[in-house]
Amino acid sequence: MEQAVSTGTILWTTVGVFLTLCLFSFLYKDNPFYKFAEHLVVGVSVGYWAILLYYNGVNPNLFSHLFVFATDPATKVQYNTWHPKFNEFYYVIPGILGIAMWTRFSRKYSWISRYPLALYLGIANGIAIPVTMKANVLTQMRGTVVGLGFEWSKVGFLGVPQGIWDVVVVVGTISSLIYFFFSKEHKGAWGGAAKLGIYTLMIGFGATFGYTVMARVSLLIYRIQYISDWWKMIF
Amino acid sequence: MTFNERLLALDRRWVFLVLTIFVIIPIFVKFAVPLSPPKEVRDVYNFIEDLKPGDYILISLDYDPGSLAELHPVAMAMLEQCYAKKLKVITLTLSQTGAQMAEEAVRDVADSCLVYHGFKPVPGIDYVYLGYKPYPGLIILGMGMNFRIPFPQDYNGTTLDSIPMMRGIKNYDNIKGVISLSAGNVSDMWVADGNGRYNVKLAFAQTGVGVADYYPYYQSGQIFGIIGGMKGAAEYEYLCKNPGTATDAMRTQVFAHAVVIVFIIIGNLAFFLGRRAKARTQESK
Repeated sequence: MEQAVSTGTILWTTVGVFLTLCLFSFLYKDNPFYKFAEHLVVGVSVGYWAILLYYNGVNPNLFSHLFVFATDPATKVQYNTWHPKFNEFYYVIPGILGIAMWTRFSRKYSWISRYPLALYLGIANGIAIPVTMKANVLTQMRGTVVGLGFEWSKVGFLGVPQGIWDVVVVVGTISSLIYFFFSKEHKGAWGGAAKLGIYTLMIGFGATFGYTVMARVSLLIYRIQYISDWWKMIF
Repeated sequence: MTFNERLLALDRRWVFLVLTIFVIIPIFVKFAVPLSPPKEVRDVYNFIEDLKPGDYILISLDYDPGSLAELHPVAMAMLEQCYAKKLKVITLTLSQTGAQMAEEAVRDVADSCLVYHGFKPVPGIDYVYLGYKPYPGLIILGMGMNFRIPFPQDYNGTTLDSIPMMRGIKNYDNIKGVISLSAGNVSDMWVADGNGRYNVKLAFAQTGVGVADYYPYYQSGQIFGIIGGMKGAAEYEYLCKNPGTATDAMRTQVFAHAVVIVFIIIGNLAFFLGRRAKARTQESK
């Protein structure tokens, strides 16, 4: 038995199809329908994000410390009563820093925004530098050379011994680094290594290009499937 | 204008039109595309399969509706696999426009379990959706200390201690692993802040655009598996014996890739033949 489709579903799906076609129309040439859909996406995204930030960021992380939150006994959901509380009054400080960011809109007082920004950048760098150094430099270096097993008996990709692939990784990495080393002229053996490096980079870019084509085609497929489903629903 | 010049000056709208036609054809032509999931995809599947009922897993749905085509099929298959294995599933999103979409996915898959597995996972007991919080790096670091720091309440505003399955669950030490389905650089933060700082057992599902950048983390052992793009999604559906939209889209991918390859060959042929013709003309002068 076929399931009945609600009027709301038909209406909103039709709007979705219309907006999809508006955006695709840009492939022919720029036009007002494309502009309308483009601006709608930006507007809706900003509006949605602003509300989301309030209810998921400002309300639980700031207001819950400055105002009394009550819990609905039935749903266990918390809500703001807007009655101030003073046991965590120091949360006013991040609140003031947050408001200070908005002074950027004033030519006269924009200097105030540098203080919260400086604090934010200081904290962000302090947190990010050690973990990024570990994850993206030290562990990656270890993975490139020390972490490789050079197992000659183990069969790897395309039936070739894994040890050979490990050598390819080491040689490819070093030759790619040589390509970006400009303090020595790329001539002779050094130039040959740099050339090998650029071939390695091109293989990497090729893989990325292939995946990117797949990703873009995936988006097109999804929209075509969406339009196809809408067509089956309407007709 | 020679044939080569005409080919090189071809209006790109013809390419779009041909590609669109070849994307539409497979809707009517049904055939199966053979799939053989690679080790990095099987590693993710086997990790979940090896968990015991009652084990905790965190699935972070860090993508927005723009990446729904590639990552939603993975989310659907993976959530169903976790629910079917009676795991305790903690879900959240670190993508600002993905909050509602992720909530619907978590709930819809739970609802569908009643049809396919004969039981319905209960929110708060079998799964929880914590929702969205801004600044992914800080959220990942915060969860390493205590889930209650970035998420004092879940998406519906219920305090975490009021949720039965979250009682006694403090941080990453209490969960078996994290799988991030990401469409952007949130994966970098999971590697640096989650694995780098807290040694979290981590795996990724990534969109096709970004997946090549994350393979080095798999090789170095910082992540235990990676699912790449729609092909990866189809492979995961295949492993879960749960064919969905990604498996269906593989037919179209075959056609579309063939068209793109043909256009690349034509473009290169036109370019090289044109260059040769130009050299000959210069020689004759």
